[in-house]
Amino acid sequence: MMKRLLIGMICLAAASLAQAQVKIEHWTTPAGARVYFVETRVLPIIDVQVDFAAGSAYDPADKPGLAALTRSLLDAGAGDLDEEKISGRLVDTGARLGGSADDDRASLTLRTLSSKPEREAAVELVRTLLQQPTFPAAVLDREKKRLIAGIKEADTRPASIGSKRFMAAIYPGHPYGYHATVESVGRIERDDLVRFHSAYYTARRASVSIVGDLSRAEAEALAIRLTDGLPEGGEAEPIPEVVLPQREKLRIPHHATQSHIFVGLPAMRRGDPDFFPLLVGNYILGGGGFVSRLTKEVREKRGFAYSVYSHFQPYRRLGPFEIGLQTKREQAEEALKVVDTTLAAFLEKGPTEDELKRAKENLINGFALRIDSNKKILDHVAMIGFYGLPLDYLDRYPKEVAKVTSAQIRDAFSRRIRPENLVTVIVAGS
Amino acid sequence: MKPRSLITLFAALAVAGAAAAAPAAPATPATPATPATPATMAAAPAGTYEKTLSNGMRVIVKEDRRAPTVVHMVWYRVGAMDEVDGTSGVAHVLEHMMFKGTRNHKSGQFNELVAAAGGRDNAFTSLDYTAYYQQVPANRLDQMMALEADRMVNLIVDPKEFSKEIKVVMEERRMRTDDKPQALVHEALMATAFQAHPYRRPIIGWMSDLENMTAADARDWYRNWYAPNNAYVIVIGDVDKDEVFRLAEKNYGKIPRRALPPRKPLGEPEQAGIKRLTVKAPAKLPYLAMAWKVPELRNASKDRDPFALEVLAGVLDGHDAARFSKTLVRGSKIAVSAGAGYDGTVRGEALFFLDGTPAEGRTVAELEQALRAEIERVAKEGVSPEELARVKTQIIAGQVYKRDSMFAQAMEVGGIEAAGLNWQDLDTVIEKLRSVTAEEVQEVARKYFKDDALTVAVLDPQPLPEKTEKKTAATGLRH
Repeated sequence: MMKRLLIGMICLAAASLAQAQVKIEHWTTPAGARVYFVETRVLPIIDVQVDFAAGSAYDPADKPGLAALTRSLLDAGAGDLDEEKISGRLVDTGARLGGSADDDRASLTLRTLSSKPEREAAVELVRTLLQQPTFPAAVLDREKKRLIAGIKEADTRPASIGSKRFMAAIYPGHPYGYHATVESVGRIERDDLVRFHSAYYTARRASVSIVGDLSRAEAEALAIRLTDGLPEGGEAEPIPEVVLPQREKLRIPHHATQSHIFVGLPAMRRGDPDFFPLLVGNYILGGGGFVSRLTKEVREKRGFAYSVYSHFQPYRRLGPFEIGLQTKREQAEEALKVVDTTLAAFLEKGPTEDELKRAKENLINGFALRIDSNKKILDHVAMIGFYGLPLDYLDRYPKEVAKVTSAQIRDAFSRRIRPENLVTVIVAGS
Repeated sequence: MKPRSLITLFAALAVAGAAAAAPAAPATPATPATPATPATMAAAPAGTYEKTLSNGMRVIVKEDRRAPTVVHMVWYRVGAMDEVDGTSGVAHVLEHMMFKGTRNHKSGQFNELVAAAGGRDNAFTSLDYTAYYQQVPANRLDQMMALEADRMVNLIVDPKEFSKEIKVVMEERRMRTDDKPQALVHEALMATAFQAHPYRRPIIGWMSDLENMTAADARDWYRNWYAPNNAYVIVIGDVDKDEVFRLAEKNYGKIPRRALPPRKPLGEPEQAGIKRLTVKAPAKLPYLAMAWKVPELRNASKDRDPFALEVLAGVLDGHDAARFSKTLVRGSKIAVSAGAGYDGTVRGEALFFLDGTPAEGRTVAELEQALRAEIERVAKEGVSPEELARVKTQIIAGQVYKRDSMFAQAMEVGGIEAAGLNWQDLDTVIEKLRSVTAEEVQEVARKYFKDDALTVAVLDPQPLPEKTEKKTAATGLRH
């Protein structure tokens, strides 16, 4: 195998192609899985991501952690392979597996060399993991213990405590607010995983994204192999609508030297009509790193924090808008006041024309940086595919950014970020 | 599912969190950017070129035409290891101050100009080096070079700006170290393993030194070390090498060479006996970290042991089927996680690390025995041809995958240069790794893992104070 790998490396030098646009091809497999494909031949690599509508939003209310465990135990045993054989086969191909479950999606990623023997072996392995996981009870028992150990440790850390409390507070009664606990993981049995897998890892809930060194015909065959043994299933049932939280401020005592502060609420979904005004506006408010208002006010002017940001995470339903920072506990109230004032001023007046111009310059001029590797392209394509966004989303991105006005930003922010729904969580406050 | 080790070898500190660097990758906005550690497992990028300017500054270029973007980095051969007692952390503080204004640009303008170009920028400080980078559309390279050249000579360390930024760095220390029990363990481990060598000081600096640092300390650091003959520039992307050399000459070529302070040899007395330490901190799980003094890579053509040590780390913890996962996590289930790491590509002294967290009901003492037993097993029984082949397969595949990231390629070039080797050695490194034999792996396992060269650090978890949440109807936000 070593020789074949080396031949692959030599080919690298020959190919050279500047790529400014991403052409996504799309089709549906006979079993009903949606496929999204970008052919790029420069590197002898193939990246695949299979996403199922099987994220933690589908966890039963009394068993948060089930989606995550199901996903992470796909390689605990599959077909007639035990976990040692699985890891051995994977390693022998040089391929890498990744992925996890977020709120909406359970994802499995594969990066493999495109040379045929390696690729075939890796794809065959992934097919087995997706279609025939055995979820051995002994492995589940061990992994539950490891997960519980991790939860216990995380529940001592201010960042983790604050983040979980924040999500629970902004999504009261909604699955986006659930998180795995020692008790909920303790309740999960092997049958739960088997049922979760057979109900949710189905063809019609799947989108398969493929980027790299293969032809359309090869991609078609690959997508069929990965999905043809899955039950067809039905459309994913809708995730419940989000009910906005009531304004509140939660203080969680903790011994840490720094306070961890979170401010936010559910605000934006994938495919949201306000996406571009919120994107550009957030760059100005707290997404643009050094040049954002929050960084200037909290860090540059006052030295209050190393990291301060604002961020939208769109999901199928309204995903969180979150402002976060860490600051010496004695100055937590003062720092929070700066955040509140900065946000209020932005909501009231919106960005200046100069700020808008600068934001657009960065987002438009820097667009090529978002798609300058296969990995970055895969991330976008998988997102577009899973959420059913337009295939020309990436082409439209700079054009849509260019069209955004400051009035639109102010309007979108004032509708989406209402003070009466804002939740503040302070861990280790003064 | 693979239990990842918590070891981050010589991780560098960055000036900004990830929110600045990656607006497109929103998963963990609060996590500071952690650039790839310089790995020895590396291949010389095809089509790499080099030129030395008349002032001694080296320019290394790789043409990679996949996308119309470029990464531009300036690396200075100065890091935390060049500091002296009392001003620990100054290399990193100066890195922060490099964004705070020059004779030609006001504070913060550097970031604004990079942002307007559509770019992302950051910087990082390690024990060995300090590096600055921008990722921009390829047609903005000239402007980026002009900006870096400007702050190489025209920096103003303004006391008022300094007084604010030093507070930011103290917040960074609280976030990275003071509130992170395992980071405290690693800090104490380094401070104990080395008694004379400067690797004993943390990159971020001791809090007391930060509290007492002055603008003059940062200014002195800059005047001493920031010179073209102490720097090299790396450019990878959609560029023509001759054009890059021309732009480098135009922007950097005019900066005069300066005499650098003498660098004295920094020896560590030979350790004679095991060292043990305990860190108490509020936490739930105990944690164990062990470090042996081992050889570093000095001559890529002649050295053998550093490559065998690298392969040994791979056999123990290099992939999903490696021994620690298989034996300690999945097999005996003694560990929740276990890791091994070695980075020989360093200016200073190399350590071979093992670390882990015991499973519930097991002790750190048992875990220590189990980790030692794995080394002893290699020493006694060696490694199988299959294990060796698997490690090498990972190395070779990793070389191909790395080409997907211009940033990772630039880090690899920068890292090997920082350790005093050359980018041309990257090919040799791969050849040498591939030539490592099972006997050599067994031999290094026998030779270097003696108690006399070992430091063992343990986290003794302390109960957290009781907590009760308070809820108030929030007030105070104007609308």
